[in-house]
Amino acid sequence: MKLELRGISKAFGSFYANKDIDLVVDDAEIHCLLGENGAGKSTLMNVLYGLYQPTEGQILLDGKPVAFNGPGDAMAAGIGMVHQHFMLIPVFTVAENIALGAEATKGPGVLDLQVTRKKIREISDRYGFDVDPDALVEDLPVGVQQRVEIIKALVREAKVLILDEPTAVLTPQETDELLEIMRQLKANGTSIVFISHKLREVRAVSDVITVIRRGRVIDSVGAETSTTELANLMVGRAVELNLNKEPATPGAARFQVRGLSVVNDLGATSLDSVSFDIHEGEILAVAGVQGNGQTELTEAILGTQPVAAGSISLDGIELVGKSVKQVLRAGVGFVPEDRSVHGLVSEFTIEENLILDLYDRPPFARGISMNLDVMRKNAAAQISDFDVRTDNQLNPASSLSGGNQQKVVMARELSRDLKLFIASQPTRGVDVGSIEFLHRRIVAERDKGTPVMIVSTELDEVMELADRIAVLYKGRVNGIVPGNTSREVLGLMMAGVSAEEAFAQADFATSANEPVEAQPVPLETTEHTDTQEGEAQ
Amino acid sequence: MTTTVPSKSAISVLPSKKTPIIFSVLAVIVLVSFGLLGNSQTASFSLSSAGDAFSLPDLVFPGRASNIVIGVLLAALAAYSWMLRSKGRVLPVWSVAVGAVLFVLAFLIWVVSGANINSISLASLLAGGVVLAVPLVFGSLSGVLSERSGVVNIAIEGQLLGGAFTAAIVASVTQNAFAGLIAAGLAGAVVSLVLALFSIKYLVNQIIVGVVLNVLVSGITGFLFTTVMQEDPQLYNSPVHLPTIAIPGLSAIPVIGPILFKQSVIGYLMYIAVFLVWFGLYKTRWGLRVRAVGEHPKAADTLGIKVNRTRFWNVTLGGIVAGIGGSFFTLVAIDSFTKEISGGRGFIALAAVIFGRWNPIGAFAAALLFGFADNLQVMLTIIGTPVPSQFMAMMPYLVTIFAVAGLVGRSRGPAAVGDPYVKE
Repeated sequence: MKLELRGISKAFGSFYANKDIDLVVDDAEIHCLLGENGAGKSTLMNVLYGLYQPTEGQILLDGKPVAFNGPGDAMAAGIGMVHQHFMLIPVFTVAENIALGAEATKGPGVLDLQVTRKKIREISDRYGFDVDPDALVEDLPVGVQQRVEIIKALVREAKVLILDEPTAVLTPQETDELLEIMRQLKANGTSIVFISHKLREVRAVSDVITVIRRGRVIDSVGAETSTTELANLMVGRAVELNLNKEPATPGAARFQVRGLSVVNDLGATSLDSVSFDIHEGEILAVAGVQGNGQTELTEAILGTQPVAAGSISLDGIELVGKSVKQVLRAGVGFVPEDRSVHGLVSEFTIEENLILDLYDRPPFARGISMNLDVMRKNAAAQISDFDVRTDNQLNPASSLSGGNQQKVVMARELSRDLKLFIASQPTRGVDVGSIEFLHRRIVAERDKGTPVMIVSTELDEVMELADRIAVLYKGRVNGIVPGNTSREVLGLMMAGVSAEEAFAQADFATSANEPVEAQPVPLETTEHTDTQEGEAQ
Repeated sequence: MTTTVPSKSAISVLPSKKTPIIFSVLAVIVLVSFGLLGNSQTASFSLSSAGDAFSLPDLVFPGRASNIVIGVLLAALAAYSWMLRSKGRVLPVWSVAVGAVLFVLAFLIWVVSGANINSISLASLLAGGVVLAVPLVFGSLSGVLSERSGVVNIAIEGQLLGGAFTAAIVASVTQNAFAGLIAAGLAGAVVSLVLALFSIKYLVNQIIVGVVLNVLVSGITGFLFTTVMQEDPQLYNSPVHLPTIAIPGLSAIPVIGPILFKQSVIGYLMYIAVFLVWFGLYKTRWGLRVRAVGEHPKAADTLGIKVNRTRFWNVTLGGIVAGIGGSFFTLVAIDSFTKEISGGRGFIALAAVIFGRWNPIGAFAAALLFGFADNLQVMLTIIGTPVPSQFMAMMPYLVTIFAVAGLVGRSRGPAAVGDPYVKE
């Protein structure tokens, strides 16, 4: 089916999330929408899927104008969508989730799940999905949940499938599998709109790439466009994708974690005998697919998560059993993974947010009162130092963009004398320009000699920053490897393969299996230096 | 071949000590207080009632001796439970149930053997418990219907009370009990329409709307009771009652006959309603959609299901069910309406919803338990127990608290309950 968007605009109040968007997706085409977080990709797709009404413009399917009053209309017209946050009901089975909204019935409204099960098996067999219709969705790994979402669209006979940031939650291997599924779907005649900001995947699978920036279409280019050029289009200025950091000069192991175990509320072990060291002047990156114990690890160090066993010591001082305040006083700087919930008080001003964990100490505190003058000067200094884009430091933190909010959190944490710096997902949802800035700050902290721990699910970020990489899998450290380890090895380790096995397999794949690399674009690391000159022109 | 990290945990965490401790305490109470310090007289439980087709012999227990035996059994269960815990396992559900039944039996033997009359009719204890449970069951079904779709229903009490009042006045004026029954359903619907309107359309906090509705209905019915009903009770407050229908033959079966086959119309409706709600929620398209809306409204919306419309009708349906339950007070149980006739049973019904884990069958069982506890205190007061009657009157509420806090533990309700759904 051919899908066409003509002059679509979507306004929220006076703000235009989309402005005059023109887009044509041909039959059996993989069309990528590339853009930064907040560029308006998801808004556009929600318009297409009937969740939002366009302020202006027209949607055409096979040349005929259509209007959608809700997702039901869009589905009936043959549009399916896999949302970034899965729209699955965790306590339902796969069959129930897929039947929902389009239930097969027998008699007056009595569910006939047998029909749905049969359809699931059919599609599952055709694409090699291996999905059990009677499994509870909450028990399935995210990769399988995503397949359930795809089946959900296919059961409804979607001719156009929208995939909204589908790779955000997947391991590199699962990502490759997904790209393969997309190619199969395309071969079966399904058009795909693929939304992403990850250049590697976009180039690997797309026929056409449309770049969106600040709600407008910037350009439509082919998949042969270089990553650097795509990044420049996406950001709107020349971007330095490479950090070019100096090699680390690690000193003594100042931060030590030994046999750390955490048991969650339900009695399951979420962190299991984790041990590692971080040396002076070194960045240890903790890699892994989301939900493999990263949150528990950082929270256990900070003291917000009860520790079942093990020890955490910083410069010989035991941190287990200390209150959060004592841990912070011991010199731990902490950037939480969800800045809007745990990093900031959104209603507080930027000034106040910049001293959230310093307010009770001189120079900000003066007896029982606060020294507002010092607080003001501190804010002004931090804002200029970290290039926080705001017109007034008395604005609430919620008025800032994601990148600027993160800069506020980072500025606050780095403004103390640190003995250990922990940043969890330091650049999640942050624009490319700010990513560069924040990464440089993290490396600068390392170069001051502070042990640094980065927790990130973005493999690009891990490889960019790490001097050493610890891979977490199911709450265990599945090996600690050097910072220059290849994406392929890391991907295998994130899927639970031990370090030695992963290295062996990766060697085997590259030496004996050269033709595998002859896919549209080699799925290797995002090392852009070797390609950018030749392809950019 | 890929090798994966072994999934066996290196550290072991023992299960909670709660169950073994509870069983140990119960064993000591039964053994010492009910057994060794108990009364040596016998306790007899009769199983037959008048009109039975054949009669069963009475169950007779020697007070002290049988409680010592039960105490020893409970102690064994406690020891077994400690032993399992040390191996990292927990007591299976059936043995927890056996333990609970043993304790209740020991309690009954102790109370009855120490009472002025050492005999109690088990048949009427159970049958009366079911009767007292009827409004609770309807109330809890109302809660299940509403909360499964994602709206907290604190207003069950108000729905019951509104139903009771309207049934009384309509059945009195029209001299037709069935007109009263229908009017009660409508009254419950009116109360829940207010709840639905404010919580779904105007996004007012659902708990606050519910509490306010309870107070409002109590105020209105109280006002109308004094200004209208008491002016002319003959005309306005002498409702015609629904007849009790005994199914010939079946109703003469001892013990279960009166429970299942000798009920008022509302009593039979209760069994039908429990089945219908269960079947509807778990076996039909409607139920799948309702549960989806209560768990993940946004997902339901993306599949073209009208979230707020579903919630609106479910809350309203819940109101009708609770209203009918409320009519039980004035059309079956009691001669006429009095102020606050529902007496907080709406809140017990709410506890039954949670204790029953938002499942109609579970809520039904929980409501029966609370009804049984209620009836037990009435009957024990009649036979004159050593325990003061004021203390006995607290029993249904104590049972509620222990059931919800102790046995339910952390129960998982519909994920989106209490959250209004607003499209972005």
